Amino acid sequence: MPAKNTASRYGWVSLSLHWLMALAVIGMFALGIWMRQLSYYDPWYRDGPSIHKGIGILLFILLLARIGWRSMNIRPSDDPALKAWERITAHLTHYALYALMLALMVAGYLISTADGRPIDVFGLFNVPATLHGLPDQEDIAGEIHEILAWVLILLAGVHALAALKHHFINRDSTLIKMLGRDANNPKP
Amino acid sequence: MKKLIALGFTALLGFSGALHAAEYKIDTAGAHAFVQFKIKHLGYSWLYGRFNDFEGRFNYDPAKPEASTVNVTIKTASIDSNHAERDKHLRGKDFLAVDKYPTATFKSTSFKALGDGKAELIGTLTLHGVSKPVTIAVTEIGGGKDPWGGVRQGFHGTTEIALKDFGIDYDLGPASQIVELTLDIEGIAQTMM
Repeated sequence: MPAKNTASRYGWVSLSLHWLMALAVIGMFALGIWMRQLSYYDPWYRDGPSIHKGIGILLFILLLARIGWRSMNIRPSDDPALKAWERITAHLTHYALYALMLALMVAGYLISTADGRPIDVFGLFNVPATLHGLPDQEDIAGEIHEILAWVLILLAGVHALAALKHHFINRDSTLIKMLGRDANNPKP
Repeated sequence: MKKLIALGFTALLGFSGALHAAEYKIDTAGAHAFVQFKIKHLGYSWLYGRFNDFEGRFNYDPAKPEASTVNVTIKTASIDSNHAERDKHLRGKDFLAVDKYPTATFKSTSFKALGDGKAELIGTLTLHGVSKPVTIAVTEIGGGKDPWGGVRQGFHGTTEIALKDFGIDYDLGPASQIVELTLDIEGIAQTMM
């Protein structure tokens, strides 16, 4: 499998970035919900949020790399069976997913750095605070973070359902390309 | 007419520097007043915090201390424990639920001078939507003319409350059930009566 995309298939870099982030987004959503209801004496009370923040920062770096990689690569063409509105909706959804992830991560960063404290990433490095001390920063950023998390997970769900619909109902090449196959040679 | 009589009395008594009955506005504008708390962390250390935004008034007459009254309103969202993530948690539903209960109030019901500048102040504290009587041990710190033409009076008070009594039952552990409140207020006299 090539590293770069071609007109008919994704390279392994794009595929890895896509599936790694899919896994991370679902995992981070679940972790975020779960860690908030932990009791003070739960062994995960400190580690839960700490892991959430560390992964969040790494995911931000990965997202920038992904956007950079995407801009340097061609995209495999959409399945020819796709109608114009389907292409437009699909592409708008992709942009929305990128924008949501970016905004979600920025909001999360603004919660934890609201008082000027840095974010520790698994003891490897610190991300310093930049914008801090705004009125009610941690509360407002927190509300935005929560709302965006729900919007992201719902939109990602729509995105996944659409892929399954194309695979099982339309039986086109949309999903198999994201599974690493070539649109012109779909059988492994 | 009333004012004239009051003026006459004031003149009669003379400006000896002794304080008369007055209504005082707590000097939050100049931040000469503090609502602070401390609670044990795990039973291993004291955690300190404060409420930055509050306002209040009190009446005080050194000749008639039992007539003293005090009213304070605290904006619960102004809690500040020097850690944004903790403050966010404290404002949330596990603790103060500030969206639902944006203010906490204290209204005095009685004031008993114990002599030697000490007093016992009893009043109703409304916190987290629950109203309970609390007793504050008061020490008069001082009072008199300030350098800018006003008259000020200050007190120090301490009390303890159990979080559970006010419906805050998030489990911080057995050593962290009680919050100690330290209240320091300096009032500026508003109207000489």
